[in-house]
Amino acid sequence: MTMSIVHRITGGALYFGTLLVAWWLIAAVGPQAYFDFVNGIFGSLIGRLVLFGYTWALMHHMLGGIRHLVWDTGAGLEKHTASKIAWATLAGSVALTLAIWIVGYLARGA
Amino acid sequence: MSAGKNDMRTPLGKVRGLGSAREGTQHFWRQRLTAIANIPLTLAFVGLLICLNGSSYEDVRATLANPAVALVMILMLLSGLYHMRLGMQIVIEDYVHGEGSKLALLALNTFFTIAVGVVSIFALLKLSFGG
Repeated sequence: MTMSIVHRITGGALYFGTLLVAWWLIAAVGPQAYFDFVNGIFGSLIGRLVLFGYTWALMHHMLGGIRHLVWDTGAGLEKHTASKIAWATLAGSVALTLAIWIVGYLARGA
Repeated sequence: MSAGKNDMRTPLGKVRGLGSAREGTQHFWRQRLTAIANIPLTLAFVGLLICLNGSSYEDVRATLANPAVALVMILMLLSGLYHMRLGMQIVIEDYVHGEGSKLALLALNTFFTIAVGVVSIFALLKLSFGG
């Protein structure tokens, strides 16, 4: 039940988060000073926190969405199974988010 | 069950199955279709961001101007934005009950989605073709 509203909240966050994607693309058009300015904001502590949260929202919404697609087939709707999937969604989203950021930092260092 | 004496639907209406809103399951189906498309497209986008984090201005521009990258980005934007417009429509319809404010928010939902999409895709096209 909680996961249902979390799916909507993460969806809403991703909705407004597309402004960040658009902003990044505009920055890439230039000029370089503006790109560096936007990069500086994304790279700041608050910027990275927002992007980290955005990553989690994306992963959680994706896994929650896959859960819905499975449910659409009629499978996994039993209460016990549904609760298990809910926990798996949460754990999976945290694990994927951490993996993405670890790989991201490793790629940056390379 | 639906063939009862009190069924007011015409035979044609029953076959079309579009209901009183004239849309049938279109919204439901497109939500699922874009959801499926979003899985690989989003993962590709996340992969791109991992590769580009910490990259220079020139490298980011050159990568986004790569045709394969630009095409995947445009597909991701189209599918993702369409999906989120459908999702936000449901949220508005569920929680906003005043007719005026509901209509206004539904209109804003479409305007917002199209604005984000047009600006983003224009930026990508400019990177690909406009130097």
